[in-house]
Amino acid sequence: MPASPRTLFDSIWDDHLVIPGSSHDDSSDVLYIDLHLVHEVTSPQAFSILRERGLCLRRPGQTIATMDHSTPTVPPDADGRHAFSDTETAAQVAQLEANCTEFGVPLYPLGHEDRGIVHVMAPELGLVQPGMTIVCGDSHTSTHGAFGALAFGIGSSQVAHVFASQCLLVRRPRTFEIRIEGTLAPGVTAKDVILAVIARIGTEGGVGHVFHYTGSTVRAMSMEERMTLCNMSIEGGARAGLITPDDTTFSYLAGRDFAPRGHAFDEAVSGWRRLASREGAAWDRSVTIDATAVEPMVTFGTNPATGIAVGDPVPDPGGLPTEEERAALRRALEYMALESGRPLAGHRVDVVFIGSCTNSRLSDLRAAARILDGRKVHDRVRMLVVPGSHRVKRAAEDEGLDLVFRNAGAEWREPGCSMCLAMNGDRARPGELVISTSNRNFEGRQGPEARTVLASPMTAAACAITGTITDVRELLQ
Amino acid sequence: MKITDPHPTFLPVDNIDTDRIIPARFLTTTRRDGLGCHLFEDWPEGKAALSDASILIAGNNFGCGSSREHAVWALVDRGFRAIVSTGFADIFHANAIRNGLAPVVIAGEDHARLVSLLDDGPDHETVLDFTSRRLICGPLDITFSARAVPTGQAIPGDAELDLLLARIDDIERWEAHHPPRIDTRKDRR
Ligand code: SF4
Repeated sequence: MPASPRTLFDSIWDDHLVIPGSSHDDSSDVLYIDLHLVHEVTSPQAFSILRERGLCLRRPGQTIATMDHSTPTVPPDADGRHAFSDTETAAQVAQLEANCTEFGVPLYPLGHEDRGIVHVMAPELGLVQPGMTIVCGDSHTSTHGAFGALAFGIGSSQVAHVFASQCLLVRRPRTFEIRIEGTLAPGVTAKDVILAVIARIGTEGGVGHVFHYTGSTVRAMSMEERMTLCNMSIEGGARAGLITPDDTTFSYLAGRDFAPRGHAFDEAVSGWRRLASREGAAWDRSVTIDATAVEPMVTFGTNPATGIAVGDPVPDPGGLPTEEERAALRRALEYMALESGRPLAGHRVDVVFIGSCTNSRLSDLRAAARILDGRKVHDRVRMLVVPGSHRVKRAAEDEGLDLVFRNAGAEWREPGCSMCLAMNGDRARPGELVISTSNRNFEGRQGPEARTVLASPMTAAACAITGTITDVRELLQ
Repeated sequence: MKITDPHPTFLPVDNIDTDRIIPARFLTTTRRDGLGCHLFEDWPEGKAALSDASILIAGNNFGCGSSREHAVWALVDRGFRAIVSTGFADIFHANAIRNGLAPVVIAGEDHARLVSLLDDGPDHETVLDFTSRRLICGPLDITFSARAVPTGQAIPGDAELDLLLARIDDIERWEAHHPPRIDTRKDRR
């Protein structure tokens, strides 16, 4: 048992503890899951397990499905046919539809007016609420921690466990406070902050932990910024990210489809306030980040911990302590075709991708549009803007953001994961350098031999205009 | 329980992520088998190192990134039964255990000695003894920690699922005091 004072994490865990690990041979706890999010890529094998064992899906009303990973981002043709990249992606999407019908899971299919990337859609609908436990066969489930919910990614076998029992066998992680203090400078966003955090602690720094983001910077952030922060917790090795819910959280939830209404909402808010107030501060680890020192960030390597300020020189492999690390950095720079000692600023850009569950919400599109307004995408740059959901898309169109992007020469697409993982046909060509607002720059993530530089939507827009890696502050007037 | 491998696969690279183990474009499958042929598909160095080995000696933070269990299925399908590293990403670690693939964790200094031995000459028989938790390779005798023994089964009778199903009564009792937080079937208008 943890020592008192408890963290918010402890409160949520204990509130969902059905059977403590000590009561059976495994030392894992049986944890109750309030909400299970499902998409087409990691669920088919789990539905098969139910079928093989003759089981039903225990709580369809606590389960919701969308299609996002392998769906096309070009609009359907005049007959309503969707342009899948191949027969396999089409079959996978059809399989999800059949599985949801067979097992009674509510599904937001292609063509549904509220469909979106799972981690964009669920919060938008008000499904994600403080104090809940939420899982999905997807590592970026950490996004939902922005609401003070304990949310983490699971493998497909565990998807079957939740289908069949609405519970999971899990070991209690430790807590890791990420304290972020100070006001962000113009041109610096939540994305730059999380890239700076991960650069500081490394890709495996958070293994076995849940990040809890605290501090004045976090309190001042909107829900969309908080989601960007929590989204990339997994890139720092953590299972989940968590932010204590406050008035920003409650006012975001007010009036959302699945949020309580009227008197029930007020009651819910008092419960959420009590939950937040139970919080002590007994962290297993803690680190403090000075937000005032964060600059617009870009990654130079092939893992998300390689973020540096856009004007800083790429590090020299010779400066690293072990031969393995030196070799890894040399290999990464060779893959990225970058030299150490020089900044990334000025390097030629081929593709700009604005989208993904990290940065495809309305405020992200507004930030990019503000930079692009009245300007043109550079001749040789191909720019894709992919809103995170149909709601985001409609809201952006209502404000005329689509026109800003189109007039600048960017492609305005249908919602989905798109070039974040390049499994729907949207991908970069070998050797192309992509400025991407997504969360992973692994080798081949955006297409075989494609080179990915992670950045904020503002930085991505600035790079699209100049055709080179650019410090967005130069374009801020 | 012992695994003996005359030529373990040697890839002492840190942060081998699940995209590198199996690229996303192969995730369109709705099955768990048959993924072994796409293991390390876009990673020439990884592909070149593959043989008929059952042990993979990797670098730190193996399996980071995406939660795709497909990464474990691909490794198991290709014949791997154990991965040796100084550390694994959480979700990969859990996925591996669930599929009878043993994540074997050794200390950093032991890993460095193992790597320099295999660097000099890769042909060293490697034995993993899961009873005594020892890794033996040439002159090296290293203790390790592992939460599972390799069953060598791609799709084991899922013991965790069995345990959860056996406790459904407890779960129902808990639910009786904790009404659902959400109903996704609710009519939203
Ligand atoms: S946008 Fe990218 S990271 Fe997010 S769920 Fe889709 S594929 Fe995963």
